[in-house]
Amino acid sequence: MNLQEFQSKMLLVRYGTDVPKGHPALTADDAQAAARSLGVERYAVKAQVPAGGRGRSKGVVLVSSPEEAGAAARGLLGETLVTEQTGPAGYLVRQVLVEEAIEANRSLYLAVLVDTARAEIVILAGPEGSEDIEDKLQSGETRIERLALAPGGALNETDVKALAQRLGLDAKLHSSFARLLGQLRTAFMENDATLIELNPLAITAAGTFVALDAKIVIDDNALFRHPDLMALRDDWEDDGVEIAAQSHQLNYVRMDGDIGVVVNGAGLGLATLDMIRAANGRPANFMDIRTTATSIDVAHGFTLLLDNPAVRSILVNVHGGGMQPCDIIADGLGIAMRRTGKARPTVVRLAGNNAEYARFRFQNFGCKVIDCPDMKEAVTRAVDEASARGESR
Amino acid sequence: MSILVNADTRVICQGMTGRAGTHYSAAMIEYGTRVVGGVRPGRGSSRHLGLPVFDTVASAKADTGANASMVFVPPENAAAAMIEAIEAEMPLVVALTERVPLQDMIRVRDALKHGTTTLIGPNSQGILAPGVCKIGVMATGGERSGHIGILSRSASLTSEVTAQVSAAGLGQSTTVGIGGDAIHGLSMRACFELFLADPETHGVVIVGEIGSIEEEELADFIATSRPDMPVVALIVGRHAPERRRMGHSGAFIEGARNDAAGKIRALENAGVIIAESPHLVGETMQRALLIEA
Repeated sequence: MNLQEFQSKMLLVRYGTDVPKGHPALTADDAQAAARSLGVERYAVKAQVPAGGRGRSKGVVLVSSPEEAGAAARGLLGETLVTEQTGPAGYLVRQVLVEEAIEANRSLYLAVLVDTARAEIVILAGPEGSEDIEDKLQSGETRIERLALAPGGALNETDVKALAQRLGLDAKLHSSFARLLGQLRTAFMENDATLIELNPLAITAAGTFVALDAKIVIDDNALFRHPDLMALRDDWEDDGVEIAAQSHQLNYVRMDGDIGVVVNGAGLGLATLDMIRAANGRPANFMDIRTTATSIDVAHGFTLLLDNPAVRSILVNVHGGGMQPCDIIADGLGIAMRRTGKARPTVVRLAGNNAEYARFRFQNFGCKVIDCPDMKEAVTRAVDEASARGESR
Repeated sequence: MSILVNADTRVICQGMTGRAGTHYSAAMIEYGTRVVGGVRPGRGSSRHLGLPVFDTVASAKADTGANASMVFVPPENAAAAMIEAIEAEMPLVVALTERVPLQDMIRVRDALKHGTTTLIGPNSQGILAPGVCKIGVMATGGERSGHIGILSRSASLTSEVTAQVSAAGLGQSTTVGIGGDAIHGLSMRACFELFLADPETHGVVIVGEIGSIEEEELADFIATSRPDMPVVALIVGRHAPERRRMGHSGAFIEGARNDAAGKIRALENAGVIIAESPHLVGETMQRALLIEA
């Protein structure tokens, strides 16, 4: 789960990390009022989307009065922001953060994350905080220092000092830098984060570290022990359809084609998408049914596809397992078709447990499906059905 | 012969009394696996599926002589269960649990460094040595005994590919689902090395997917070790929905290496034969074996 910037900052403040004074706002009027209550000389009005590159994409506006802050918010709210990290669809801006614009003497890059290949928590730090940090790293203009945490999360004092020196930090900043790393480490571990990234991290003229931006990602698999964070989840990030699918044990991602895809298992799903593209078809979605899904959950998934006007054919590619035999998938389709009264040419490729029984269930529901036991043929058929319907329009 | 398991493998199930634990333990017994007991804290000295249940892995191991444990414990307690088995010096632990928190797995990997256990998973499909031993949730019926080793990061493609390999007339020495989670036990490369060292394995099928850098590490290993058997790989995710990014740090750790095209390039450069799609894995291996001969 990606926290919004203002949520990330609120979390860090609990651990003692300095962030600029600020308030989130849902409307331009609120943004203006928020600026007025801050009463400073310069304001930053920042679109709240879970991706970097906002500065370059005009998602951050610097202004000098509450009126201008309101106007800046009006310009951002309701717009779709596309940055190099959002993908082409971008994110709808539903909220802005209005905060005091801080003068930085110098800025750093600082992140805590899990290095999965080595199974350890690492601190990455760069002597220069910047949106262009990846390009600059590529061209050799900047560098990234790495410090791994010991098991249990201990930070070795000597290592921290050496890191501070490599970053070229003034000796009088070393102790506050060590304190900041300790805060981030604790926040990271206590909240099951997979990423905390401060970019830029300002060093002010007064010699304090202030996180001008903060990105926090929480491990979805650990949310069960963080009900407080779970409560922060709203539907601002994914579209509502994807959230609804999650609650039905479905991993659903919208795509821009015309073939609805239903599979059980991520790998099988990725293979199916690859095969559809190889056959010159275009998937309308990725939908992976989790092992824990019931036929009612599966019905919800099929309903999503039947309700999507872009879908011209449906391809079901499932390998029944012990806990989720094929007939659960068949029942799901049957229920969805009866409930919605809608149908599409549906190609099913069933293998594994209860494939035969699933065929019987289709008959019982009166579902007309195109039965293709061969995966390659099933894909070709689904592509043909979609393109046939496309031409007739 | 097989890797990791054989006819002497004696298995206990941590979490045997749960719904999934019961279902799959029973299926394993039916397959002929020597399941010798279960572990469920608080249920010691009871019986389940006609087998003794113990409070701890250590007592189960001492009493039954088990040399493998299957972990079917919910995600909240899965890491603790794995660590308990590692501390009890269980030689083989196969963790089936999905959605184990990432930071918990850091602790598990740390415990592995101090122990002697080989951990498979979590989020593994298990291990299947046809006709000899099955640990886990793999579908059976599509497998047959033979000389192809299969190792897979993808849970759902494991049974699929096994069935495709059998359909091409090729049996398997062992199929291993190493697990698709970002942090897990036995790596792709380490599993591959076990197959290389197994005299009964004459060819290896790799099933990989986008994310992680395990395929790249395996490619580096194959490029330098030049194994004397054909290796066929299926890498899925060439047309996955575009991933949104959050911040820059991922790029600093893994670089741009872990997309499907990069993995395929690395493996091809190392001499691995790429199967374009799941239905081609069996025949690709068949052809490779003929050329080899």
